Amino acid sequence: MNIQAYVVLSAILFTIGCVGVLTRRNAIVVFMCVELMLNASNLALVAFAKQHGNLDGQIAAFFVMVVAAAEVVVGLAIIMTIFRTRRSASVDDASLLKY
Amino acid sequence: MIALHGGSSIPVVDPTSADGVFGLLWLVIALPLAGAAVLLIGGKYTDKWGHLLGTLLPIGSFAISLAMFISLLGRDDHDRQIDQHLYTWFQTGHLDVGMDLLYDPLSALFLLLITGVGSLIHVYSIGYMAHDPRRRRFFGYLNLFVAAMLMLVLSENYLGLFLGWEGVGLASYLLIGFWQHKPTAAAAAKKAFVINRVGDMGLSLAIMLFFVTFGSTSFTVISAGAGDASTTTMTILGLLLLLGACGKSAQFPLQAWLLDAMEGPTPVSALIHAATMVTAGVYLIVRSNFVFELAPHAQTVVVVVAVISIFWGAWIGCAKDDIKKALAGSTMSQIGYMMLGAGLGVAGYAFAIFHLLTHGFFKANMFLGAGSVMHGMDDDVDMRHYGMVRKAMPVTYLTFAMGYLAIIGFPGFSGFWSKDKIIETALADSWLVGICALLGAGVTGFYMTRLMLMTFFTNKRWEKGVHPHESPSVMTVPLMVLAALSVLGGVFLIGDWIVDFLAPVVGTAPHEEPPIPALAVTVLAVCVVAVGVAAAWFLVGKRDVPRVAPQDVSFVTRAGREELYGNTINDTLVVNPSRHLTAALLATDKYAVDGVLTGGPVAVGLFAGFARRVQNGYVRSYALSILVGALLVAAALLAVNLA
Repeated sequence: MNIQAYVVLSAILFTIGCVGVLTRRNAIVVFMCVELMLNASNLALVAFAKQHGNLDGQIAAFFVMVVAAAEVVVGLAIIMTIFRTRRSASVDDASLLKY
Repeated sequence: MIALHGGSSIPVVDPTSADGVFGLLWLVIALPLAGAAVLLIGGKYTDKWGHLLGTLLPIGSFAISLAMFISLLGRDDHDRQIDQHLYTWFQTGHLDVGMDLLYDPLSALFLLLITGVGSLIHVYSIGYMAHDPRRRRFFGYLNLFVAAMLMLVLSENYLGLFLGWEGVGLASYLLIGFWQHKPTAAAAAKKAFVINRVGDMGLSLAIMLFFVTFGSTSFTVISAGAGDASTTTMTILGLLLLLGACGKSAQFPLQAWLLDAMEGPTPVSALIHAATMVTAGVYLIVRSNFVFELAPHAQTVVVVVAVISIFWGAWIGCAKDDIKKALAGSTMSQIGYMMLGAGLGVAGYAFAIFHLLTHGFFKANMFLGAGSVMHGMDDDVDMRHYGMVRKAMPVTYLTFAMGYLAIIGFPGFSGFWSKDKIIETALADSWLVGICALLGAGVTGFYMTRLMLMTFFTNKRWEKGVHPHESPSVMTVPLMVLAALSVLGGVFLIGDWIVDFLAPVVGTAPHEEPPIPALAVTVLAVCVVAVGVAAAWFLVGKRDVPRVAPQDVSFVTRAGREELYGNTINDTLVVNPSRHLTAALLATDKYAVDGVLTGGPVAVGLFAGFARRVQNGYVRSYALSILVGALLVAAALLAVNLA
């Protein structure tokens, strides 16, 4: 089976996520881009697992999903709180923790 | 047992183990040491009776020494070296040092001198220090000194000797600076300690060289193997030992500390800086006869140092107005005589020790006498404020006079016999040295007569409100005993007893006819002394002594008052360069070392000031950093894998 297409798709998705994280200010969008990167890597993991004919990559993908779920819980809670206090979800506004 | 090297007459130390009364040998040291421990640790709880305990213990040591001495006399000549092995001091590699005590004729005489004169001075101190609030501590230090000095003369190896050597140095430091509230006393103590360190360096180097050469520091081993070592080694050893001796015995060029050491209480000057400690250098040389006999060049240097010291000390003694400093100059000069005797080899060792003993008697006597005078004159030491003291203090005057007659060598008195013998031996060795010794005796006559006249005769020059009075009997009785010893000290020479007695230690000199008969030398010596005394009478005794030292004096007097510029020389050659070096080191530390050390943190701080700007609070820039970092890592991995 040729996995080239899967890996290329994974790379495209990852790049989109990456650019999104770096360029967008809205915390929710940044968050979604992070999810996009995670799932891009999941896709690559599953594809490689298929190529190697074992379950290692799939198990790793499950782990990533679990982490992503946990991250969503915590991350959304933080974004909510920030939004409530500042009436803004811009990540550039929350820049008080610095030198 | 006496074994001799093939052909030469250097005796080998070969002691038998201690039995009978000699088993008590360790107690001689232990008693005063225990006294020092009790008095110094017990603190104020021993204030009431401390001085009594401190006096009784040296007397106990004296009793044991006397018993052992009598027992030693009962032994055969060849059986007079006794060793007591106490324990193994330490053992490391090839070095095995035992805590061994050696009791032989030489240490026997020293034991009697140290404990005997020491006990008398302890008794005297009870009176002299009666009004001092720290009298108990004074006795603690004195006991410490006595114990260390006994260790010095009893040890069977050079390391044990060094232990005692440093012990007396410590005690001397503590006692010179006993009145530490006086800055001059504190400085004098430090000076004595530092100058002694120079000498100690010589002695410690000698001990190391002994170990390298003979694999041991024991007298027994070294004296047995002395013949096998090269003359060069022996000469170096001799010179190093001489350096040590010069430091401890205040001989040229390490003499400068002795005069300042007179800042200590007078009993200290009598015990440590006249009778015992300063003679340790002479002991060291006589004890190391097996080195010096094989190092003729070192012996020559000893003689040269001795002759310089004789005149150096005498010169100072002639010019000083401070009674204790004049006596200190005299001490240096008289130790010069002992060194001269020791430098002359087998023929002179016994006479060096003889003069050491008689000097111990008469100089202790005179120092204590000077202390008694000071006691009556409200602690004034300037002889220009004395005069006619004999009326007020007849006992002090009479006992002091005995010491005076002994030191100038008045016929019949102890100093006459001992100094005469050294001059005789010196003349037999070399004309030049002999004549120097003879002239030295004349100068001795001059300065001692000057001291005697200025103190006890001539016009009254007392300060207002000073009423001299005789000292209490606790002080005068030791004076009387010492005066008697000063007169009778010559008995050691009857039938050449001391020469025969010391022969097992220092060997026997081959009998030679002196170039001029002994009687002629004696008459000559007495004449020279008479000239010195007469000169003092005309220059001091017949005139009125001014109360203030005249300033328009010749260079000779001025140099004498300045201690022959010994301090100036030391300052220029050693002290000031050291000061500059210290200042330079301090500056280096402050600017260079501290600069590097504090400069580092400052640079790190500056760098951190810039580096922390990275922490700007924008999440997206962090994300970019992470991305760039991840890309770099990936690139690096690829580069490594592809390479």
